[in-house]
Amino acid sequence: MTAVTAAATPSRATGTVQAVVEIRDLRKSFGDNEVLSGIDLDVHRGEVVCVIGPSGSGKSTLLRCVNLLEQPTAGTVRVVDHEVTDPDCDIDRVRRKVGMVFQQFNLFPHLSVLRNCTIAQDKVLGRKGAEADRVARMHLERVGLEDKVDAFPAQLSGGQQQRVAIARALSMDPELMLFDEPTSALDPELVGDVLTVMRRLADDGMTMLVVTHEMAFAREAADRVVFMDAGAIVEEGAPEQVIGAPREARTREFLRRVLDPTHVEPGSAGR
Amino acid sequence: MALTRRQRARTFRGAQYTLLVVAIVVLALVADWGTIGRRLLNPEVAASLVPDVLVIGLKNTVVYTVLGFAFALGLGLVLALMKLSSVAPYRWLANLYVEFFRGIPALLVFIAFGFGVPLAFGTRFGIYTTVMLSLGLVGSAYIAETLRAGIQAVPKGQMEAARSLGMSSGRAMASIVIPQAFRIILPPLTNELILLTKDSSLIYLLGLSLGQYELTKFGREAMSSQANLTPIVVVGVCYLIITIPLGFLVRRLEARSAKAR
Ligand SMILES: Nc1ncnc2c1ncn2[C@@H]1O[C@H](COP(=O)(O)OP(=O)(O)OP(=O)(O)O)[C@@H](O)[C@H]1O
Ligand SMILES: [Mg+2]
Repeated sequence: MTAVTAAATPSRATGTVQAVVEIRDLRKSFGDNEVLSGIDLDVHRGEVVCVIGPSGSGKSTLLRCVNLLEQPTAGTVRVVDHEVTDPDCDIDRVRRKVGMVFQQFNLFPHLSVLRNCTIAQDKVLGRKGAEADRVARMHLERVGLEDKVDAFPAQLSGGQQQRVAIARALSMDPELMLFDEPTSALDPELVGDVLTVMRRLADDGMTMLVVTHEMAFAREAADRVVFMDAGAIVEEGAPEQVIGAPREARTREFLRRVLDPTHVEPGSAGR
Repeated sequence: MALTRRQRARTFRGAQYTLLVVAIVVLALVADWGTIGRRLLNPEVAASLVPDVLVIGLKNTVVYTVLGFAFALGLGLVLALMKLSSVAPYRWLANLYVEFFRGIPALLVFIAFGFGVPLAFGTRFGIYTTVMLSLGLVGSAYIAETLRAGIQAVPKGQMEAARSLGMSSGRAMASIVIPQAFRIILPPLTNELILLTKDSSLIYLLGLSLGQYELTKFGREAMSSQANLTPIVVVGVCYLIITIPLGFLVRRLEARSAKAR
């Protein structure tokens, strides 16, 4: 629908790309079910892009194609100057630079908070002992959990676990952070702390691609909002435009449902 | 006739107690207590077995079982990973192995090892090697199944989180998935250890010298040399000294993992 703005900038050919993520005509099918049908999207260094859209529209799949947790069916994905869709690409090297935060946290339950944040530094980067501890503690302090280093994940609230997950990803010094509905599994009163951490991260200049249902967050933290429906990008632009004055009927319909106070949002429904 | 439910329950329970008491009384009257005291529960014979039953029999049973279990665990892990491999022949081989060793009596494996290997290769392994291999081969088939189930019980998100941090799949398996799988299967794994403890009694088939006797062999030798059944009772108690605490441990572990869920 919308022409992708940065798609054909000349800098791309020279190799001095500012795009941290470059997605071209990305397609993904599960069997006969085409979940992504031709996505073009760029994320530039320091940019915060929020992806919104109805359930099942392919937001998670798009995010997971960026770090190849899902293998794209067609198209190209370039991430920090590596074409991850190239079969010869060493995906483990790219993933080091791409932090991912999951809806269900996925902390390692058998490891302490500190070890959660050091194990990949140790096993992947070869950064051991005191140095890895120092980095981990720095990021745990950043998310406000420096006093929980010795706790185990099961002893923490959902909001605390998600902040540890953010610190765990940051401990690898990523150039890009992917968030897949990081607050959807949280009790409403715990959402704020996580969003505060994410907002601060954005202010510090981190490049972020965020799938979220939190419209308030998208509105104030995003540089750009992308609305997806049925495996395609329907509309993208500045948050004031996409959320404040959507052009497409499908966007308006989605926003009306999400912003309607009587409508129960998926994921944030209390029990 | 019209009994209330409570009355009926009380009557039924009363009948059960009565049956129990009658059975005990009849057994006590019918049994030949003089012979039992002499031939089956003779304290002097029992005392004559100490300390050898402990320092030879019990010790060797524990050593053989631990050796076999260690080997079974290593081989079982390899087999479990083969079962989960994306390479089809690995899966076939592992399935074949597991079906084979689960399908034949452990006794046959021991006979094959005790007599087949010397025939086939012209050499005998040392006793410890033979025991470790034969007990381990049998145990690994069962442990492989348990381990595979444990690995698959670890949520998929754990592997994804590890991979997203840049770990290779092997590294993620070793550092993240397998440690969690072991926690899940600790209770069934301890059960395997109990079974292996009892299977170690089949080692007598290999032909052991006195210092190599494990509990059952020790008990049988003492039984025939003293023409008395007391050693069998003593040896049975020794097995229980090993297995009852292990069984207790299993229940503790099960209760703990039920609570963690
Ligand atoms: N591993 C898979 N195998 C088969 N189908 C899948 C798989 N993962 C996702 N799908 C399908 O792809 C479609 C898009 O899923 P996706 O999780 O990307 O949606 P989403 O926009 O993230 O939705 P939500 O807001 O509910 O998280 C869905 O119809 C889903 O059933
Ligand atoms: Mg999703």
